[in-house]
Amino acid sequence: MHKEFLMGNAAIARGALDAGLNLVCGYPGTPSTEVLETAAKCNDGRIYVEWSVNEKAALELGAGAAYCGARSMVTMKQVGLNVASDPLMSLAYIGVKGGMVILVADDPGPISSQTEQDTRTFAAYSKLPCFDPTSVQEAYDMIADAFAYSEKYHTPVLFRPTTRVCHGYASVTVRDAAERQTNQPGGFVRDPAKWVIFPRLSYQAHMNIEARNVTLAEEFSGYAHNVFTPAADGSRRGIATQGISYTYVQAALAGKPAPALLKIATPFPFPEQLALGFLRSVDEVLCIEELDPVIERELTYLCGKHHLNVNIRGKLTHDVRNAGENTCASAAHDIAAFLGQAQPGADSPDAAQPALPVRPPVLCAGCPHRASFYAVKQAMKGKKAVFCGDIGCYTLGNAMPLDMVDTCLCMGAGVNITQGIGKIEPDTACFAFVGDSTFFASAITGAVNAVYNQANMTLVILDNSTTAMTGHQPHPGTGRTMMGEIVEKISIEAVLHGVGVKTVETVNPLHLEEAIETVKRTAAQDGVKAIIFKSPCAVLIKPDQPAVIDPEKCTNCKHCIRQLGCPGIVVQDGKVTVEQALCTGCGLCAQVCPFHAITAGGVN
Amino acid sequence: MQTNILICGVGGQGIVLTSKLIAATAMAKDMPVMSAETIGMAQKGGSVFSFLRLGDDLHCPMFPEKTADLIIGFEPAEAVRMLPYLKDGGKIVLNTHPIMPVTAALSGTDYTGKEMIAYLQTKVQSLAMLDADAACKALGSPKVLNMIMLGAAIRQNVLPFTVEEIEETMRRTVKPQFVEMNSKALRYE
Repeated sequence: MHKEFLMGNAAIARGALDAGLNLVCGYPGTPSTEVLETAAKCNDGRIYVEWSVNEKAALELGAGAAYCGARSMVTMKQVGLNVASDPLMSLAYIGVKGGMVILVADDPGPISSQTEQDTRTFAAYSKLPCFDPTSVQEAYDMIADAFAYSEKYHTPVLFRPTTRVCHGYASVTVRDAAERQTNQPGGFVRDPAKWVIFPRLSYQAHMNIEARNVTLAEEFSGYAHNVFTPAADGSRRGIATQGISYTYVQAALAGKPAPALLKIATPFPFPEQLALGFLRSVDEVLCIEELDPVIERELTYLCGKHHLNVNIRGKLTHDVRNAGENTCASAAHDIAAFLGQAQPGADSPDAAQPALPVRPPVLCAGCPHRASFYAVKQAMKGKKAVFCGDIGCYTLGNAMPLDMVDTCLCMGAGVNITQGIGKIEPDTACFAFVGDSTFFASAITGAVNAVYNQANMTLVILDNSTTAMTGHQPHPGTGRTMMGEIVEKISIEAVLHGVGVKTVETVNPLHLEEAIETVKRTAAQDGVKAIIFKSPCAVLIKPDQPAVIDPEKCTNCKHCIRQLGCPGIVVQDGKVTVEQALCTGCGLCAQVCPFHAITAGGVN
Repeated sequence: MQTNILICGVGGQGIVLTSKLIAATAMAKDMPVMSAETIGMAQKGGSVFSFLRLGDDLHCPMFPEKTADLIIGFEPAEAVRMLPYLKDGGKIVLNTHPIMPVTAALSGTDYTGKEMIAYLQTKVQSLAMLDADAACKALGSPKVLNMIMLGAAIRQNVLPFTVEEIEETMRRTVKPQFVEMNSKALRYE
């Protein structure tokens, strides 16, 4: 054993590798991405690593490996589990041979997600065991346990850290290379009665699952990371908590005699016996947890089942906020209110404080998406149009002054949302914007649907040749895999032609005039047509010389700023100025300036 | 004994790297360390912070308001944004060079950073200021901003390290040809 300073996600990957991992796959998504990236970085040739095309593909791949007796891990963010839920629900019935951990990172806040869904609730719904670590160290330690339980009970298990555990760093104790476990898969053994799902098999499997979960609940009551600490303050009050909130509770109670504490690391199946010991020691409980009131509901249920006169408080009783993430401060506040203590003093905002500049996330200087949105905006000026966006950097096209995202729902949704709008409002020019990685992940089916069902729309592919938002992962169009192979790039153009899109135009959005003309020409046609705006992500290319503003010609009209909102152009001492450190010389502003006052390396 | 440090600024300034250097130095001294930072939507141009804790009995990587021993502010407005975290008597090291947000350029509001500095001067007793961007120019490299800030932070005697100990970590992490430049930056006054 030795100590290392690791990010939570890195600790999870290291823990899995040390537990004999054979295969890891997933789809990138904040806050889960670094798990797979770390595994790939640490791969000494012993494991197979893959960014799959989406979470459903990844889960099926992981299942196949586990059918062979491999230890497999599948990584995704919480909304990715929705995509993978079809194979997941069935796999819960079929089970596995080798250990299989489905790592789903939840995002209370949410900080960078569409929903505040709780994978613990999904665990109960799918009847799968769930592990919920409270710290980076515990994440490392528990991942090995997750594999062991999975193998012992022949079931996939869910492992759900939250953002603050995933992205927190800590000095943690990890195993030395020599202490690393290995797992030699026995291979796939043909057995249709086991691996082929049928109603009769499912009935029997359902019976087995329910019985297994009763056994597991008993076992989890003795699991080392589920902890009941009796009251040290002589009271009959208790706090039940989980995840990172447990550390907030510890911090709030540090140095004081504490009430009883129940820490739940396996929310499903719920460790009933352990919780009963806790409940019998108290008259009143405060539940501090993030996302759904999972522990609170379980404890309330147990009080009914066992006729315990204990008052359970939390989100359901409005003692704790229902949405958003907890903090040290919120936990301290809720605990003080519960214990009837004075509230920790919070300063009211200082009236003397000058107004702070807001720094919302924006498309980077030189981002080709800015040019793409601008080209479409110019081409459709004055026409009735709808612009359906999607998930990725380009969601930021919603910000002023571009203001080019009318809808955004989930991965790939824009294609058929715009189709739906067009069916009800045929006089609207319907656009769907989708990135290259998102196209492969979940827009191809939508495109087939639109073509087949005679939609009238323009599909705009923003192809920057990477998965930019999550940190530049490769995808089928990049010609690279996570095993380091150089493979044939899958052509978006060929895919679109293949599914029946007749008109597919490819244009560099930074050639503004040509881009605008392409949009006008393409959008005027009937049926489903596509424009591929192809230009690499600005973060990945060597920047060109920054733009130069000719002070003789510049009238300070700020047209460039008001049209484009590029962080590379600022006003300094009243003058429009190029921010040297940010400008990539993409040349878009030079093409927009009405006085031809800007020259830039790239285009002009 | 615990030390809470908050490093804040704007995406692209090297906040996260600074945090990692301090953490690695703590690890080399066998000192427990935890940190947490903004990742994800806050790419270039967004507000970025890193919470860093050194010492025994650490529970969570984040710490509550009024408990930071030191704020290393890479940008005036970002230091003001994080000021509620400074404990009474805590110290701030501030880069006085402002970074204009896109929104200010759009709406025409004239953010200069001077109002932020004036405000900090009224609120913070121990405020060490330097124009680290000017220092970068003087040293001839825009890439040593974080080393200049870290060097200035060390001189506040809040971090339990010497310049030499930070330098040792730096030697292990940067390419040999950049060691001399970074050493100069650490000692820039």
